[in-house]
Amino acid sequence: MSEHHQDVPIAVRVRQLEERVTGAGLVTDADLDGVLSRLYADASPVNGARMVARAWADPAYRQRLLADGNAAAAEFGFGGADGLSYRLAVVANEPGLHNLIVCTLCSCYPVSLLGPSPSWYKSLAYRSRAVREPATVLSEFGLTLPEGTQIAVWDASAESRYMVLPLRPAGTGHLSEVGLAALVTRNGLIGTASV
Amino acid sequence: MTLANGTWVRARAGDPAHHTRLPRYARGHVGQILHCEGRWPLPDDRARGVVPPRVEAVYAVRFRAFDLWGEGAHTVTLALWESYLEERR
Repeated sequence: MSEHHQDVPIAVRVRQLEERVTGAGLVTDADLDGVLSRLYADASPVNGARMVARAWADPAYRQRLLADGNAAAAEFGFGGADGLSYRLAVVANEPGLHNLIVCTLCSCYPVSLLGPSPSWYKSLAYRSRAVREPATVLSEFGLTLPEGTQIAVWDASAESRYMVLPLRPAGTGHLSEVGLAALVTRNGLIGTASV
Repeated sequence: MTLANGTWVRARAGDPAHHTRLPRYARGHVGQILHCEGRWPLPDDRARGVVPPRVEAVYAVRFRAFDLWGEGAHTVTLALWESYLEERR
């Protein structure tokens, strides 16, 4: 792996670390490639968007999604036969309540449902400011919440990975599930956009 | 020990000499158990190669921003292993 971008400092550090762990006999390069290909195969925010659209269209699915995110993902076959490799917790926005996801310790994130995480999600600035001044962070993303909206920040500090269920936008009653899914953005699933 | 939903807890203060996943900003602060998320090996033990690692309940614990930072109206919910917590007295 890492045939590319060897001139980038982080790539050099990653390769040095790989050489240490393979040299110590802890893993092989093939093991590492396998982990990465499993992590990123079929990983896309389209997956999370499809789950959100179904929750908007089907109240029974919404209940199942909020009660057991892993089972709700398995209904789409996400994660393959073994299901997701993490515990999925879905947190629902409501009128007067907005959820925001962060991992202050590193960059934990439901990759298979949201795709590879954006670089800002891994930045020290986002990780430190999301828990301290989320309304300001949201405003810098162009999201101004209605006056009095409570913000609930979720710090993925253990084994759960979080996904936001946004509010269904007004005026979308005519849309099919496919049309609804097309409205949902990665940032909406993180909480840095309304949808 | 299983902590009931709604229990007020304090995240342990102090700075362990080893890896932990109790974020510094929550240490010593009081929050409320929302629910138990399940049981997982303690990362503090796994990182030190303790075999077998302790397996503990992990709780979603909600803190008020005002309690953490002295300002702010939002909440911050963390997932914390049981040994990171003590019941508030």
